Amino acid sequence: MEFLIALMVGALVAAAVYLMLARNVLRFLFGLLLISNAANLLIFASGGLTPESPPLIPEGAKLPPEGVANALPQALVLTAIVIGFGLFAFALVLIYRGYQTMGTLDSDEMRLAEPEDGH
Amino acid sequence: MTDLLLPLPILIAFATAILTFFFRKGPEGRWVSVAGSALMLVAGGMLLAEVLANGVQAAQMGNWPAPFGITLVADTLSAIMVVITAITALAVSVYAISDVTREMEAVGYHTLFHTLIAGVMGAFLTGDLFNLYVWFEVMLISSFGLLVMGGKRVQMDAGIKYVTLNLISTVLFLSGIGLLYGVTGTLNMADLHTAVQTADAGLITVIAMMFLVGFGVKAAVFPLFFWLPAAYHTPAFAVSAVFAGLLTKVGVYALLRMFTLVFTRDVGFTHGLLLWVAVATMVTGVLGAAAQTDFRRILSFHIVSQIGYMVLGLALYTPLALTGAVFYLVHHIIVKANLFLVSGVANRIAGGTNIDRIGGLYKGAPLLAFLFLIPAFSLAGFPPLSGFWAKFVLVKASLDLELWFVAFAALAVGLMTIYSMTKIWGRAFWAPHPGGTVPSLSSLPLSERVTLLVPIAFLASLTIVIGLFPEPFVQVAARAAAELLDPTAYLAAVLGGPS
Repeated sequence: MEFLIALMVGALVAAAVYLMLARNVLRFLFGLLLISNAANLLIFASGGLTPESPPLIPEGAKLPPEGVANALPQALVLTAIVIGFGLFAFALVLIYRGYQTMGTLDSDEMRLAEPEDGH
Repeated sequence: MTDLLLPLPILIAFATAILTFFFRKGPEGRWVSVAGSALMLVAGGMLLAEVLANGVQAAQMGNWPAPFGITLVADTLSAIMVVITAITALAVSVYAISDVTREMEAVGYHTLFHTLIAGVMGAFLTGDLFNLYVWFEVMLISSFGLLVMGGKRVQMDAGIKYVTLNLISTVLFLSGIGLLYGVTGTLNMADLHTAVQTADAGLITVIAMMFLVGFGVKAAVFPLFFWLPAAYHTPAFAVSAVFAGLLTKVGVYALLRMFTLVFTRDVGFTHGLLLWVAVATMVTGVLGAAAQTDFRRILSFHIVSQIGYMVLGLALYTPLALTGAVFYLVHHIIVKANLFLVSGVANRIAGGTNIDRIGGLYKGAPLLAFLFLIPAFSLAGFPPLSGFWAKFVLVKASLDLELWFVAFAALAVGLMTIYSMTKIWGRAFWAPHPGGTVPSLSSLPLSERVTLLVPIAFLASLTIVIGLFPEPFVQVAARAAAELLDPTAYLAAVLGGPS
């Protein structure tokens, strides 16, 4: 199971890096979305995968039985997903505004803030 | 008492953010902002006094014992950083009264400013790695909003570069956290210090590299700094001053913390790499500045160059070098924020920031010229200003280790910094205005003159005080360095046990 998840993280990162190398910033953004999901998956897997053992404490007991799923990485992933979603939404709007003002999505042509003559 | 004192700076910042949101339509918001910053400075001062008197302080949030809950920790370094953040926030929020437009206030400038400060404070005070990530995000999303606020075309371009590159660093940082948790099973920084000692050294070094790149982007070190000079010259002057003063320094702080507390398994490799990164950062930053003609772009490249000095202190990893790094952090935040504030006044009275198209500032505004000279000479390292002592300590630390080349690079970069500063001085201040006008401070209404110049004079006087009486400041920095090198007190404060 861990092996499959690891492969999937690798595939996501590879696809993301390919997209992020494009000059088109919208493609870059999609790459960023993929790689942040790869990171979330990585955290999820690094907590250890324990199928069919939810972290529940039986009635009357103080501790959960041995070998239950680790709830902490899931809490971390949940936080990271929410933050990632907010950042992605902002970046998407920013790129749209950038396209409206500059009329291009090609990162090589975005020279407003850094003109080529250095002035 | 400390349970309240530790989260207080963060709470004040958030409370101010919420209050200013309600007052965003009227002029009251700016005064709430100034009052909030002043309160923060009081709280920060109390925290520093407590830490200096009673050693490292820690508070467990929600009464969950470490390492299970989130811990806030203030050692000497954290407390110093909180105070200096509050000083910068106070100076910038006074300056913002005249610099920030009503339109920006109406869309929530003060609110974003204080959430940014809350994020910075949180990053300095947290003792939990994932919590550090969350504070970074609080800081980042506020800075995104501030950077593009005003909506000029050039800001959109700068915003895209700043946002995309910072998001990559975030992903690397997050993946590093995930892997570190997988290896050690903990995220509490003090607990991590113990846990990594028994982990596979090679694996820890690989994870350390992910953190190095992630924090390296935030700190703007070579070769990851390109977002900084692309963005820092575009937002409002108050915004760029607080960015220049604080944001990259949070990256440096995170590097200092992680590479003294957690990633010390293979110091020869990690800190050896940091040494080359530091030298390359110093040199490329200062060379980049030499080619620029925009006031704020020159200053932006100098941020990069100065970050190199701070990383150098970490890389040398001796008590003296770390003292230098901490001292440099404090000096740099004051001086750099101040120079950006000066550039804002120059823009206001001379009508631009391109130093080829403005001039005559010395003739028309000698007071401003004097207030520019202090931070500019301090940046270049003239005695008796704060920058001289900061550079002196770092050069001495590298000479002690017989790293002649590094000491030479540090001195040569100082010389090149003088070149850039005299370039600004010569063209913007000394030469006559190409348009024939004589820019004068009296063209500003009295109230604006006061709110723009008082923060500049305040920060400049701090530079002079540190320069004339460096002894107590160096001693506090040395104490911070000693705590970084020997984290026994830090561990005891967080995890309990003998102190």
